[in-house]
Amino acid sequence: MENYLDKIRNFCIIAHIDHGKSTLADRILEQTETVALRDMEEQLLDNMDIERERGITIKARAVRLKYKADDGEEYIFNLIDTPGHVDFNYEVSRSLVACEGAVLIVDASQGIEAQTLANTYLAVENDLEVVPVVNKIDLPSAHPEEVKREIEDVIGIEAMDAPEISAKMGINIRAVMEEIVKKIPAPKGDISAPLKALIFDSYYDSYKGVIVYVRVKEGEVKPGDKIKMMASGAEFTVVETGYMGATELVPAGGIKAGEVGYIAASIKSIGDTKVGDTVTNAVNPASEALPGYREVSPMVFSGIYPADGAKYGDLRDALEKLRLNDASLSYEPESSIALGFGFRCGFLGLLHMDIIQERIEREYNLDIITTAPSVVYKLEMTDGTTRMIDNPTNYPDTSLIAQSYEPMVNAHVYSPSEYVGSIMELCQNRRGVFKDMKYIDEKRVDLHYELPLNEIVYDFFDVLKSRTRGYASYDYEMKGFAPSKLVKLDIMLNGEIIDALSFIIHADSAYERARKMAEKLKEHIPRQLFEIPIQACIGGKIIARETIKALRKDVLAKCYGGDITRKKKLLEKQKEGKKRMRQFGTVEVPQEAFMAVLKLDDD
Amino acid sequence: MRGIYIHVPFCVKKCPYCDFYSLPFSQSKAEDYKNAVVRNLSRYNGEQFDTVYFGGGTPSLMYGHIAQILNSINRSENAEITVECNPESADEDVLNALKAAGVNRLSFGVQSLCENELSALGRTHGANEAKNAILLTSKAGFENISADIMLGILNQTKSSLEETINELCGLPVTHVSAYLLKIEENTVFGKRYVEIADKMPSEDLQAELYLTAVDALEKHGLKQYEISNFAKSGYESRHNLKYWRAEEYVGIGPSAHSYYNGRRFAVGRSLEKFLGSEFQTEETTEEFPDSEEERIMLGLRLSEGIDVNERIKGRLKLIPREYYNLSDGRLSLTPRGFLVSNEIIAILA
Repeated sequence: MENYLDKIRNFCIIAHIDHGKSTLADRILEQTETVALRDMEEQLLDNMDIERERGITIKARAVRLKYKADDGEEYIFNLIDTPGHVDFNYEVSRSLVACEGAVLIVDASQGIEAQTLANTYLAVENDLEVVPVVNKIDLPSAHPEEVKREIEDVIGIEAMDAPEISAKMGINIRAVMEEIVKKIPAPKGDISAPLKALIFDSYYDSYKGVIVYVRVKEGEVKPGDKIKMMASGAEFTVVETGYMGATELVPAGGIKAGEVGYIAASIKSIGDTKVGDTVTNAVNPASEALPGYREVSPMVFSGIYPADGAKYGDLRDALEKLRLNDASLSYEPESSIALGFGFRCGFLGLLHMDIIQERIEREYNLDIITTAPSVVYKLEMTDGTTRMIDNPTNYPDTSLIAQSYEPMVNAHVYSPSEYVGSIMELCQNRRGVFKDMKYIDEKRVDLHYELPLNEIVYDFFDVLKSRTRGYASYDYEMKGFAPSKLVKLDIMLNGEIIDALSFIIHADSAYERARKMAEKLKEHIPRQLFEIPIQACIGGKIIARETIKALRKDVLAKCYGGDITRKKKLLEKQKEGKKRMRQFGTVEVPQEAFMAVLKLDDD
Repeated sequence: MRGIYIHVPFCVKKCPYCDFYSLPFSQSKAEDYKNAVVRNLSRYNGEQFDTVYFGGGTPSLMYGHIAQILNSINRSENAEITVECNPESADEDVLNALKAAGVNRLSFGVQSLCENELSALGRTHGANEAKNAILLTSKAGFENISADIMLGILNQTKSSLEETINELCGLPVTHVSAYLLKIEENTVFGKRYVEIADKMPSEDLQAELYLTAVDALEKHGLKQYEISNFAKSGYESRHNLKYWRAEEYVGIGPSAHSYYNGRRFAVGRSLEKFLGSEFQTEETTEEFPDSEEERIMLGLRLSEGIDVNERIKGRLKLIPREYYNLSDGRLSLTPRGFLVSNEIIAILA
């Protein structure tokens, strides 16, 4: 019998944001006629609104395609779309493990970017065959030859024969597919061995429960089988298995070694189906799990509160539902004197945080207030114990702390060389320690810095982009804790500490940030009946101060011809506006003020 | 007893800050208009009214028709009958006609007695014209004379305002309305907002001007009885008080508002439609308006204030002490409080 494995190609696409990953995926889908043309929608694989708008992939996706190659044979392509952001590094690595090859898209005008490089290295580390493709050759600024040389120099893979394509214009797409058939190895696997299937994604379906996307490495799985998640230990009975069509799931009698497919087993909690875990047969289990599983732990924390306190229940429901599809989101109830009841949420990184906030607001139609993002600090206490603190509210009295530590990252910034000065200045301002600088080619550099994580969680990326006109990209990996000089900065309005505005910061940055916070608050809190002193303090010591003068005039002088209704409407509007503000004693703080202090400019 | 408001939607020239409904004046339209008003008033034959207020627009342009309109209203014996006038339209003929018709209160749009401020407002009269109009009115036998002045005019200063008030109070006026100029969207000023915005007095200066006006007027015996209204004792506008005391009134004419039989309603801003219908079309703006909120919102505009309850008392801690008076269970705002009354009412209501 002909080996079915020979006709399978499992691959992913690696690309920097905007280099055309989703567009190429769309073209491949089109050309394999996996999607009827009338169903074609731009960027089909990115099916969240946010993904389409931001042009990024948040969750991994997969789709099975049939391709009739030049050799006359029909091949099964399993395209696994991976997230392209550092926050989702682990998810990326699991998606890569599910493949034998990766198509590397490089923009013909921009060349290799940080994220591309990081993910390509990940692919190479995982023994994937990398197939380079040079995209956007239709652009006048395209210089494909140079870009190919760059790929060879920087990544060290053969690239001279890389297809030159335009995904947007549909140029040369078939060449990419032929490369996939020829270069990417067919999967291996023993269908008779005990089941080992790698979970690379999962999502919650309200009818079927959690749908698990897997790459079967060994054995097979079919409806009726008892399965076990090797890391979580949870067991289930398989209800349905099948393949991922472009627009819907296609049930099949079973999926076997080498294949990519899905399993539905009436799984209620996404926590039971962690990305990276191995699915095995509960009756005939594999002796050991696939390597590389790890618990993903949140890096960045912030409080999320409903703007309207009465919507607490709605916020909890929203978080619960989001968590159904996103096991890396963590949350627990917390309360703030300033903001009432809300949740302390943990995220993989800033983008992850941003996305969750946006989804709560958009998909669940909730106005929320978020507190300043915090990282996890380690404190050695005078009594010899160690405490991990991710919430400024819990920061202990300084006299009880023997030594504080903060998390550090190794960061690589890739940029055209003309911006080096400006980037170095930025990294210096952020307490970065210069490690190394390499020229990627004659025009571009790779700057290596060691940076405290809390210096990049606010606005590092935005500032970097604006300083380099959008040309620089960056990437980081965690590097453990380093001793630090931390203080807790409190903000007082009218003499009252607003707990939601407190944050932990390095002592050297405290004055600067305190001053900016006070200015920002003054800008965003409207004048009110009382004069409002704004004070920033460490311990009892005030280090910055601003004053919002009392409101002088807000009166409807004339009420013409007895039009009371109009006046009443204005009153309703004013009351509505007040409801959207948070009341602290006599001070009302609009939501924008909480948001604004999170985005302090770099100048 | 209820009051009647009659909106006269005609002006010789529209002022650049005014967003009230008015159209260019013509004698033939005035005639049609008078007939329509009389038609509408016929619905209220059975009822007696104790105030009638002709507002505008420029009602004095209709002086020849006022008598006929008043004749179709069943007025109580001491009814207060007000007509708004522009200083330039008040000559002896006009004043005599109004007097003969039964009008007993005239309200002049003086705005300022400084020439540069008048021209900044685009007014067609001069300071002397305004002063003469008031003197003539007094001579014609009117004893209840009101003057509107404007606060926050471009380039206005505290001393120019004091000058206006001192001069005005040297004339036989019994009542002054002092309004802070507000730039409304659908006006000439509104359209030119960008260019005039930085010439406008700042919020702080506007507040100063207001407090200056309160002081200066009180010195001349014109006591503040409402946010923008001041009167010698006994000369408070009985008609306008109905608005603030949530009493009822009938509004006739395009854009006029009514509060009648517990319902608030309004007539659309269309002269054509008003003239063309037997009775004006009235659209309900509020079905059941008599609420606590309204009591607070309206009552706090008056110096007499409102009765307080526990809820209101509890909220007073959110309001600086110098903004209100509290005595004998009544709450009223001070002039400083009036200045931020929107905010205070939003807290209390």
